[in-house]
Amino acid sequence: MSQPSLASACTAVLRRDLTLAWRRRGDIAMPVLYALIVTTLFPFALGPEDALLQRIAGGVVLVTVLLAMLLALDAMFRSDIEDGSLEQLVLAPQPLALMLGMKILAHWLGTALPLMVAAPLLAGMLHLPTAVMPVLLLALLLATPLLSLLGAVLVALTAGTRRSGMLLALMLLPLCVPVVIFAAGAVAAAQQGLPWLAPIAWLGAALALALVLAPLACAAALRIALDA
Amino acid sequence: MANWIPLWLHKLGSPPIFYRFAGLLRPWMLAFAVLLGAVALYGGLVLAPPDYQQSDAYRIIFIHVPSAWMSLFIYGVMAIASFIALVWRIKLAEVVAMESAPIGAAFTFITLVTGSLWGKPMWGTWWTWDARLTSELVLLFLYLGVIGLYHSFEDRRQGARAAAFLAIIGIINVPIVHFSVNWWNTLHQGSTIRILGPSKMSGDMLWPLLTMMAATKFYYLASLFGRARVDLLAMESGKDWVRKIAEDEAAP
Amino acid sequence: MSSFFAMGGYAAYIWPAYAVFFIVLIADFIAPSLRRRRNLRELRSRLARQTARQDRVTRTPPASS
Repeated sequence: MSQPSLASACTAVLRRDLTLAWRRRGDIAMPVLYALIVTTLFPFALGPEDALLQRIAGGVVLVTVLLAMLLALDAMFRSDIEDGSLEQLVLAPQPLALMLGMKILAHWLGTALPLMVAAPLLAGMLHLPTAVMPVLLLALLLATPLLSLLGAVLVALTAGTRRSGMLLALMLLPLCVPVVIFAAGAVAAAQQGLPWLAPIAWLGAALALALVLAPLACAAALRIALDA
Repeated sequence: MANWIPLWLHKLGSPPIFYRFAGLLRPWMLAFAVLLGAVALYGGLVLAPPDYQQSDAYRIIFIHVPSAWMSLFIYGVMAIASFIALVWRIKLAEVVAMESAPIGAAFTFITLVTGSLWGKPMWGTWWTWDARLTSELVLLFLYLGVIGLYHSFEDRRQGARAAAFLAIIGIINVPIVHFSVNWWNTLHQGSTIRILGPSKMSGDMLWPLLTMMAATKFYYLASLFGRARVDLLAMESGKDWVRKIAEDEAAP
Repeated sequence: MSSFFAMGGYAAYIWPAYAVFFIVLIADFIAPSLRRRRNLRELRSRLARQTARQDRVTRTPPASS
């Protein structure tokens, strides 16, 4: 029996997850819809003055995207645990971390990418200056995979438990504080005409670290959570 | 010959022996904690002179600072015990890690409440988004996450191992949060408040503080021993030694 | 004595702080002993049920035969 090569196993996992995501297109639209609803509520709550909305736009979009991602995070491994395919993956000869990395990538493509496409619209609704838009997108491009990776570790830890979305939020909050600070800090700095490269660089460094470590941690967490 | 230390430690790791050991030491720890605490309170509330800047308000320091110190110390103990539990799968380490979490959360809560009770008269506000306060709040969330994750598993040992993993992630996270909030504060140029009070403390104020720190350490040990004993009983409820204890205590 | 309790005008902050300190720690200390008593009571009732069942099992065969 010949083992399939690592690359083909990776693409197989990726293709399977993307196909599954595509079959449930409605689920992809949900986080975007949620972000849209939350963003719409802010002007009603705070009043429609341009200056105020401009000042909070970056932060509101970031927090909204984060909450929308949290909403979808719970489902990252759920169907795979229910149908047992995750256990197959754990037993597979290929390194588990790499396979989980592919699953996280698929999840990011399925939830964060639509949110990033919608982000300029959300920011535009809050009158974020057009000049700041690229910085916002860059911050989101670095922050959302970071959140997906960190979230995946926590989701793996809760894999063996009764479902509780609130616990996931409680566990994610301490981890996402620095992400929000640097992402929102970059946008705020750009808005004030200050150099914004430093926080973006920090985010990038954190992302590079998480890309290497998070799949490994995720695999370790999954092994803990699944063995009974 | 020098073999007795590892041997003794190995023996201590067995639940019934630790149960008895903790039961013997616990009253002593509690007595030390109460005694030192009483001395520290007398020294801090009565003997220490009022501060020349803060008059009597600074007296909150005698519980605030030891609690803050304990909140970090217990997290450290929890993380080390978690590491041992994950690597060597020692049951006792799991128990120590998981039973430290509620005590640490209690001290963190005390730190936050006493801090804001101190902040109101001194800075004119209950809460400020300073790096230390924010890190302490995040620490509370970390503790609550560990406790919540532990209790969400049906199997206690599996829950302990998952929560131990979370505790280790958390200890990497705390310095990052502290650093990022510091950076955030410089960006926003908010109300800058000097958190550290008098940089030089007179001896009259220092010794009650140090005594209180020792008292909280002893209290932690006493509480940890009590909690670990209960946890061991629950974990080993099928074993003979637990049955014997249950029957002995039913007698009166 | 009353000047001691007044704490130079800061009584409203100092005494609640100390009260929180003691209430939280006492609650933390009492909680496990309550849990211990409950656990042991459950264990005893479980043991009682077990021995009752065993008694029944050992007693029934001679009665039925």
